[in-house]
Amino acid sequence: MIAHDEPRARPAAADLNWGLGHRRTLLSAALTVVAGAMTVAAMVPLLSVLAMLIYRGGQRLTPQLFLALPPAAGMEGGGVGNALVGTLLMVAIATALSVPFGVLAAVFLAEFGPETRLAGAVRFVAKVLSGLPSVLAGLFAYAAVVLATGTYSALAGGAALAVLMLPTVLLTAEQALKAVPRRMREAAVGMGCTPTQAVWHVVLPAALPGVLTGVMLAVARAAGETAPLLFTALFSDYWLTRNPMSPTPSLAVLIFDFSSSPFRNQVEVAWAASLVLVALVMLTNVAARTWAARSAPK
Amino acid sequence: MSQAEALAAPPALYTPHAAPRATDAAVELRLKSLHYGDFRAVRDVNLTIRRNAVTALIGPSGCGKSTVLRCINRMNDLVRGFRLDGEVRFRGRDIYDKAVDPVAVRRAIGMVFQQPNPFAMSVARNVTFGLKLNGVRDHLNERVEQALRGAALWDEVKDHLNKSALSLSGGQQQRLCIARAIATQPEVILMDEPCSAIDPIATLKIEELMTALKAKYTIVIVTHNLQQARRVADDTAFLYVDRSAGGRTGYLVESGPTAEFFANPREKPTQDYVAGAFG
Ligand SMILES: Nc1ncnc2c1ncn2[C@@H]1O[C@H](COP(=O)(O)OP(=O)(O)OP(=O)(O)O)[C@@H](O)[C@H]1O
Ligand SMILES: [Mg+2]
Repeated sequence: MIAHDEPRARPAAADLNWGLGHRRTLLSAALTVVAGAMTVAAMVPLLSVLAMLIYRGGQRLTPQLFLALPPAAGMEGGGVGNALVGTLLMVAIATALSVPFGVLAAVFLAEFGPETRLAGAVRFVAKVLSGLPSVLAGLFAYAAVVLATGTYSALAGGAALAVLMLPTVLLTAEQALKAVPRRMREAAVGMGCTPTQAVWHVVLPAALPGVLTGVMLAVARAAGETAPLLFTALFSDYWLTRNPMSPTPSLAVLIFDFSSSPFRNQVEVAWAASLVLVALVMLTNVAARTWAARSAPK
Repeated sequence: MSQAEALAAPPALYTPHAAPRATDAAVELRLKSLHYGDFRAVRDVNLTIRRNAVTALIGPSGCGKSTVLRCINRMNDLVRGFRLDGEVRFRGRDIYDKAVDPVAVRRAIGMVFQQPNPFAMSVARNVTFGLKLNGVRDHLNERVEQALRGAALWDEVKDHLNKSALSLSGGQQQRLCIARAIATQPEVILMDEPCSAIDPIATLKIEELMTALKAKYTIVIVTHNLQQARRVADDTAFLYVDRSAGGRTGYLVESGPTAEFFANPREKPTQDYVAGAFG
């Protein structure tokens, strides 16, 4: 038992002094230093890749890079214009395919049947799918689209990327919807919204920044994928034609092809293409963040 | 005339629903029991809520005031495992009847929550939200002004109608929620401790508001503050917790006109509660 009513000596004012002499202060300072050092260390890989890309690819960063077709073996000059357009097109197709499915499925999981068997099954499948080797997504699109249509195409490439994007979009959208406070839902229902109106007018807008973040993560991953495009979109040394059902070039496949080329010029173009790809991913990221921050309730 | 048609008929923005008669019942509660899963939260609430009056529900924490209030517009339908045994009569029928659409009930019986919960939209769009749900698209500006005046908020926000509602103070947000609720001209407005999250001056404003609003609406308010019940309520109902048989089941002890209720409580629990609260 501690006797609370015993008179205690009056503490000295000096006890309040700050100093590294205290065990607690020393420990805290040491941990802060360690945490800071780790943070810097964590940035080393990213920064060194970036520095390398700028160093090796930067010299070829001219208008020609965006306007010219890839150089043939042994030729000088050239660019990645067609591959950039192809990547943009296929990522757009993949987004158009995966976002409606992913977000609507997430709405079901979060709002309408969170405890149903179907929801449990969908969640499980999405989690497995998110760990799927990307080659398998390509194989799926090869069987489902390339064999069915008889040609390599942007559509097949887009479908392969969509399979990769879907689980990320779905699972992050579900979390974002679940994070919307209960009182927002109650406000909507209390105003006489049907469940669909409540989701559409109140819950989904509130979850939009989170949903967008998920879409951007998925886009960033899809833009850099090579394996699923190798046997769905293939490649092409020419500009895209009006016919979408033909082989389509992409930055990722171009980098894959050219980086192991014996020709110095092609290797340089591969470096420049990598820089363009990273810049593209970073730009979409920044754009999405800005948009999300702006549309978030203030 | 459907509610949408009634709302669409300008310029009489507020059509009185019926001539106020002191004994006219807006809602009648005939609740035998309310369950959350296996837990019986409330039993035996028989209460008549008079039209164009303010009815206060009081009682200790956990006695089921919110549960009873949320039965009146079927908000409890959102809670998985909630079951109601009994009736809630409104416009001459039981709103828990299979043929009744809970969405239609909630459009006729509005609600203001304990925590102000305006939508993350502009002030004006918060008010027009319910109107648009009801298919009303004309005279929106007048209707917004009318609703905001009705909630004693117009003077404070008239120059910031396009500002985010979330930038208002807590008390202003709560009055915006009241404006949002009255914009669609419901018959009944339910308020669950509407003043518990706001300061005394804003509380005073909302209390004055309730007194003004009862000319057009029927109001049911849950409050922990007995002084508040005394100030604003025409009728007061007291719920208490029955701990016999190991449960914690709330029930209606007594109800009546406020003055009489506080002057001569008939039941022992009421006497103790009122005496305890007033020392
Ligand atoms: N969603 C729910 N699920 C399960 N039990 C609930 C739920 N909501 C309330 N209860 C229980 O029902 C009983 C009554 O709760 P209620 O919220 O109606 O009380 P109250 O009188 O409003 O209390 P307070 O004054 O603290 O708001 C309590 O025992 C509570 O634990
Ligand atoms: Mg309550």
